[in-house]
Amino acid sequence: MATLKKQLINPEKFDKVFKSLCAGSALLVSLLMAGLFIQLVYYALPAIRTFGFKFLISSEWDPVNNIYGALPAISGTLLTTAIALIIAVPISFIVAMYLVESASPKLSTPISFALDLLAAVPSIIYGMWGLFIFVPFMQKFFKSLFGIDYSGFGFLTGGIILAFMILPFICAIMRDVFKLVPSVTKEAAFGAGSTHWEVSYDISMKYGAKGLLGAVFLGLGRAVGETMAVLFVIGNVQNVPKSLFGRGTTIAATLANNFSEAEGILKSSLFELGLILLVMSLGVQVLGQLWLNRVSRQMGEK
Amino acid sequence: MKRRGMKFRKSLNWIIKAYSIFFVILAVALISWILYTVFDFGLPALSWSFFVEPTKPYGIENGGIANALLGTLFITAGAVIISVPPGILGGIYLSEFDKDSKLSNFIRFSANVMMGVPSILCGLFVYALVVYNTKQFSGMAGSLALAIIMFPVILRTSEDMLQMVPDSLRESALALGTPRWLTIFSIVCRSAKGGLLTGVLLAVARVGGETAPLLFTALWSDDWPFHFFSEPTSNLTVTINEYATNSPFEIMQTRAWGAALIICVAILSLNIFCRTAFNYKKGN
Amino acid sequence: MQKMLKAGIAVTIAVSSFASIAKSINGAGASFPAPVYRVWTYNYKQAKKVKVNYQSVGSGAGINQIKSKTVDFGASDKPLKKAELDKFGLVQFPMLMGGVVVVANIPGIKNNQLKLDGLTLAKIFSGEIRRWNHPTIVSMNLGTEIPAMPINVVHRSDGSGTTWIFTNYLCKVSPNWEKTIGCGKSVKWTAGYGGQKNPGVANNVKKLSGAIGYVEYTYAVEAKLNTIQLKNKAGKFVKPDIKSFQSAGASADWENAPGYYMVLTNKAGAKSWPITGVTYILMYKKQKNAAEAKSLLKYFDWCYKQGASVAEKLKYVPIPKSVIAMVEKSWGKEITVNGKKVWQP
Repeated sequence: MATLKKQLINPEKFDKVFKSLCAGSALLVSLLMAGLFIQLVYYALPAIRTFGFKFLISSEWDPVNNIYGALPAISGTLLTTAIALIIAVPISFIVAMYLVESASPKLSTPISFALDLLAAVPSIIYGMWGLFIFVPFMQKFFKSLFGIDYSGFGFLTGGIILAFMILPFICAIMRDVFKLVPSVTKEAAFGAGSTHWEVSYDISMKYGAKGLLGAVFLGLGRAVGETMAVLFVIGNVQNVPKSLFGRGTTIAATLANNFSEAEGILKSSLFELGLILLVMSLGVQVLGQLWLNRVSRQMGEK
Repeated sequence: MKRRGMKFRKSLNWIIKAYSIFFVILAVALISWILYTVFDFGLPALSWSFFVEPTKPYGIENGGIANALLGTLFITAGAVIISVPPGILGGIYLSEFDKDSKLSNFIRFSANVMMGVPSILCGLFVYALVVYNTKQFSGMAGSLALAIIMFPVILRTSEDMLQMVPDSLRESALALGTPRWLTIFSIVCRSAKGGLLTGVLLAVARVGGETAPLLFTALWSDDWPFHFFSEPTSNLTVTINEYATNSPFEIMQTRAWGAALIICVAILSLNIFCRTAFNYKKGN
Repeated sequence: MQKMLKAGIAVTIAVSSFASIAKSINGAGASFPAPVYRVWTYNYKQAKKVKVNYQSVGSGAGINQIKSKTVDFGASDKPLKKAELDKFGLVQFPMLMGGVVVVANIPGIKNNQLKLDGLTLAKIFSGEIRRWNHPTIVSMNLGTEIPAMPINVVHRSDGSGTTWIFTNYLCKVSPNWEKTIGCGKSVKWTAGYGGQKNPGVANNVKKLSGAIGYVEYTYAVEAKLNTIQLKNKAGKFVKPDIKSFQSAGASADWENAPGYYMVLTNKAGAKSWPITGVTYILMYKKQKNAAEAKSLLKYFDWCYKQGASVAEKLKYVPIPKSVIAMVEKSWGKEITVNGKKVWQP
């Protein structure tokens, strides 16, 4: 009787322990997020107290007198991300659609493979390629075709390289989303006389809106935080963007350039920049979730 | 659907098709361009000594990247050891114990946020927490920074993979009197084995090319990475950064391309392996 | 969970620190002398089997790291003043001298062909003079064909001792620069492109037509960039090379420099290069371990004596023997372990 009792009690207890272990592990991710946030706030406090709200709208960056402003970094991040998305999302959409709807397997497999390759290239290689190959290319391109004196360094180049980087991610996810659209639905549309494009646009896209948006947000997230690829080509000056051809910086590039050297109020300002970046990432996630909930409700899922 | 003329619809379809082909060619051309550059610049650097000799400063003959290769291996292995157990256990929690509740949705939300956090912030986090307090840079700190990036990825992919295991398997095991934890381990995890492994490998591929988090934690060195816990540890990505940006000397830049080529090939192979292995599993 | 993790890491590191046999020496700092320091660490390991690790992260980072005790020695192009040294308990000594040179990528202009003076240089870097064929530049270079093109200014995007030396010079020769921009490891650049570290600037200058930038001499030579002649304090145009750096260093009065604080910009001497700099090593006066302290000082002694030839080969100027003797005497006086002196000069 005693052995039977033991057999009955222990597994239950172990199950409880196991469950708590799993719960703790899962909670760890939330703890990490909170910890990161708290740490950034803690180290950013001196800068927040010194500069206040002005930090967000000031473009002053004077290391000699220790006055800093985040506007160049924030606007640089926004501009390069916007350029990257404007270029990458439509292309990803069209390529993904083509791969799933129209291409023969003989064609779509090597192209998918090529996209996977593009996604696997580490970001520092994009930076190196950008600096050594793409920058001179941009310089020649604009000089010969438009007569514009563009050095090759700047927001436009940075945005384009970011687009190259996020394109394979967005495309891969969009491709998977399109694959999941049930053929029954598509065939019904074809049966009603739709063209390929109409099936993609009116049926597949609306069906997979959730996943497609997820893809866009993933790309957005990567673009906002990308450091190495942009660092080499953006020019690295604390300038607010006045033209696409101008040079500037992003939050991540400013952090990478200055963090190891920084002390005192500069270090604190850098942490505040990091905090702003984290809030941006968070904002993107929250917006994404809210939008997705709305779309699901529209489509009657919830 | 709006009422449009047949001609309009047909020509729109044709235009979009032309656009698609154009963009597909563009994408393929792009990838070829980048890969061609990496091979073109990197291949000359590859030689037997490149793989066997450690990194050496400018001016010394026969520099290689052997210590950086080993260092990256150690740091990545460390990151895997730190991030995989909590990642999988967390995934188990979300898929087996708490599928839909305020708590689990918040956890998923946190994981999504963490996945979007720029890697440089993870490096800063570990710097402030570990490096500053222990007064030394180390490969271990680098592993920790990479683990923080990998952890949410493994969490989510594990959850997704485990969810795909049909409930009938779970129910039959439980009906036989198997305790919950044993069900999870020997039935559910075992059948999702391939998917879980894929999740881990994809996370590894994701951090394999990361430079920024290691810049503030592991730094780099010309030495062999045997004092992993207490000293700056050589690794491929920061070495590439050093050679490419910290050196206008052509021979160093060539070595950087060579190292870049190796990382590219390694991560590519990992991705291909995952895709084919996973596809095979799916078909099964 | 995080606290446990932190404790666990600390324990692991502590344990493995005991496990490491021969402790290696860790240093970090300026990229200005990095080419020499790296070869020194390599040669020292071959000769004495002691590992020295030097990370070229920049002067500011080097100062930060020695202040937070994450390295055994720091390296900086910007010397700390005596007050700051005393506050942190640091000792500072010069290790090398070298020149910061101005490089330019102007089509048609050869190496050391273009001549500029300090004031014009300041105006170029502040954006006041924007084209190469500006009358001021042309008037200094009669007989040289200067193309009509815009000037692309390249500066450092990260904090740098090299920038400190360069802006120190500009402050001395241009009151306007001193007032509006100032001198520092990082300044409020109003024009141009930022490159990461010395090689970043070199790379950018190479790639931009009409570019002008400032780098440490070795980087200019090895990257095959064209340098510019500058007018020095004595009114003569000089080319940057070891002789002109040595000339600038010759007039230095080391005896009366507290903490060996010495700035060699705009020094007198007909042959002196106006942007010469000294690079320093920083370490703690009170060391924890006698064997480690001795090992560290032995390394620096080796660098002074056996390392001089390497320095010269890489176009730096080694510290003169008289100064070495002075420095080693102060090691004997100032560096202690638990109150006991460590070094016998």
